[in-house]
Amino acid sequence: MTAIADKPAADRELSAEQARRYATSADRRLKLFNRTCIGVLIAFALLWLVPLAWAVDTSLKPNGETTNPTWKIMEPTLASYRTLLDQGDIINWYAASIITSTLSALGTVVTASLAAFALSRMRFRYRWLVFWFVLIGIMIPNQVLIVPQFRELAAVNLLNTYWAVILPQIPTAIAVFIFKQFFDGLPKDLDEAARIDGAGFWRIYSRVVMPLARPAVSAVAIFTFVWSWNALLWPLLVLTNPKLMTIPVGLATVQGTYGVRYADTMASAILGAIPLVLVFLLFQRRIVEGIAGTGLKG
Amino acid sequence: MASTETTGTAGIARPERAAPTTTQPTLDDTRPPAHRTAMTVERDAGLPGHGRPAMLFLAPFVVLYVLFIIGPAIYGLVMSFFDTSLVKSGLGDFAGLSNYAEAISSRDFWSSLWHTIWFTILTTPPLVIVSFFFALLAERARRARWFFRLAFFLPYVLPSAVVALIWIWLYTPVLGLFTRWAVKLGFTEPNWLGDPNLAMFSLALTTLWWTLGFNFVLYLAGLQDIPRDLYEASSIDGAGPWQQIWRITVPMLRRTTMLVVVLQVIASLKVFDQMYIMTQGGPNFATRSALQYIYDVGFTDFRTGYAAAASTLFFLVVLAVSAVWLVLARRQEPEL
Repeated sequence: MTAIADKPAADRELSAEQARRYATSADRRLKLFNRTCIGVLIAFALLWLVPLAWAVDTSLKPNGETTNPTWKIMEPTLASYRTLLDQGDIINWYAASIITSTLSALGTVVTASLAAFALSRMRFRYRWLVFWFVLIGIMIPNQVLIVPQFRELAAVNLLNTYWAVILPQIPTAIAVFIFKQFFDGLPKDLDEAARIDGAGFWRIYSRVVMPLARPAVSAVAIFTFVWSWNALLWPLLVLTNPKLMTIPVGLATVQGTYGVRYADTMASAILGAIPLVLVFLLFQRRIVEGIAGTGLKG
Repeated sequence: MASTETTGTAGIARPERAAPTTTQPTLDDTRPPAHRTAMTVERDAGLPGHGRPAMLFLAPFVVLYVLFIIGPAIYGLVMSFFDTSLVKSGLGDFAGLSNYAEAISSRDFWSSLWHTIWFTILTTPPLVIVSFFFALLAERARRARWFFRLAFFLPYVLPSAVVALIWIWLYTPVLGLFTRWAVKLGFTEPNWLGDPNLAMFSLALTTLWWTLGFNFVLYLAGLQDIPRDLYEASSIDGAGPWQQIWRITVPMLRRTTMLVVVLQVIASLKVFDQMYIMTQGGPNFATRSALQYIYDVGFTDFRTGYAAAASTLFFLVVLAVSAVWLVLARRQEPEL
């Protein structure tokens, strides 16, 4: 009895040992594979950071030292930043960018969410017609409208005002669809309950639906803000007064005038990048979720 | 209006509509369903009490939308048939199709359109393949994902002007970091932006660095949607990591890839900023994009009507691609 029991036990022990060895070797191979993958990726990620690192590095050198293209900085200085801030143009550009981007984003969120609420929650006539009418807008790239938009704003004397930048950026058809999609996904029982309690549409919109739509609001707000901040073509056309220029327009316009003052140029690029780096660090998760959820692209 | 349809003119309809007011103060919104015609019911009947608030809710968006999108679109289309000039008010003389004829026979128009398409061809495959590759690698990292997201996605949120300034410096002859790297690697010193044959590749490289993060994030999201058990089951069956990538990951990401490709093509067709700032369309117009051509003829030559015609032609190209996007989106979102 013991003899019979012993043999399979020894067998089993051997196979368990073997299995473990197999498992550990497969495991080790997989681990090695994963390690290699991550190693390669880290190398690429560092490579990806080179342009930004080099820009920061250059901006901290005195202008004269930039002709010596090494990473090491002999005399680190903030002189370039000081020069730019003293000149003051960049302060105006910041103001212009903050005002136009904030108002554009706010305008888009308000108008698009109201329209989307009507499309999602109200059963009015010709709803389908309004729906398709808005849909057309997704297919018209803003860039093909620059010529007529420019004449239109020139006709009402709005060129070289912030309004010329803000107003055309507010109606964003895609934002209506993002809100509508989100509103459609919210349970209707909530607003029906509110209706029974005697709430009108405005109350349902402002007290029930919008508070629940935070993710959609922040996605649309962040994206329209970033798009507006980064827009070049349109603000370049309508803002020719250096005092009113937004950051991208200002940077693109003065780009040639720095000449060989590379440290100053890089300092201006870094100053132009800082607000968006902050937006990115603050809202990283929301931005990434927003893209993944909607496939938004500027 | 249902009641005007039942009678003849609006004038006659009025008393008929006014009649129920005695019992129903808000006649427009509380019209009984019997008044509605079959045709409107079929599409969307509309519930009583929804019409007026709907108008109010839609008004802010629709007014701005008509003023700044639909209106200009129609205005631009009209303008394209006239000899409109930027420096004169009014539409100018009727030109018929001559603006279109001129654009179609213009070498400059076609070469700028070709530059845009060439740029699209140069940027789309690497932006799709490299971002997929990076996302695959990043998925294996348990820790430090934030670092990869930072490295790859941060450039995407930067303004084009910032990106352009940094890359002009990297590409600067003699002093530029990339110029020196190229020399160290044994190449003859490249004139990144000044060589007509190289400039477009340099711009494509900049764009790869700048916008890769967007596709990277889309792919990371797509990868997370693949059920884990597929990998577990296949590894029990003895599949190695390479097999898993080719047999599971790539096929499962087909939909994401289609989305990424179409979005990328549309974005690349709209290229303007990089070229405008980094090369001003040069050297010798070798990198002038379609949008910059429109900008140049419209705002430097003041030929607004002609620029509008060129815009319309460009729009048709983008529309063709957008139509593909719509078909894809519709498949995912039935109501779109």
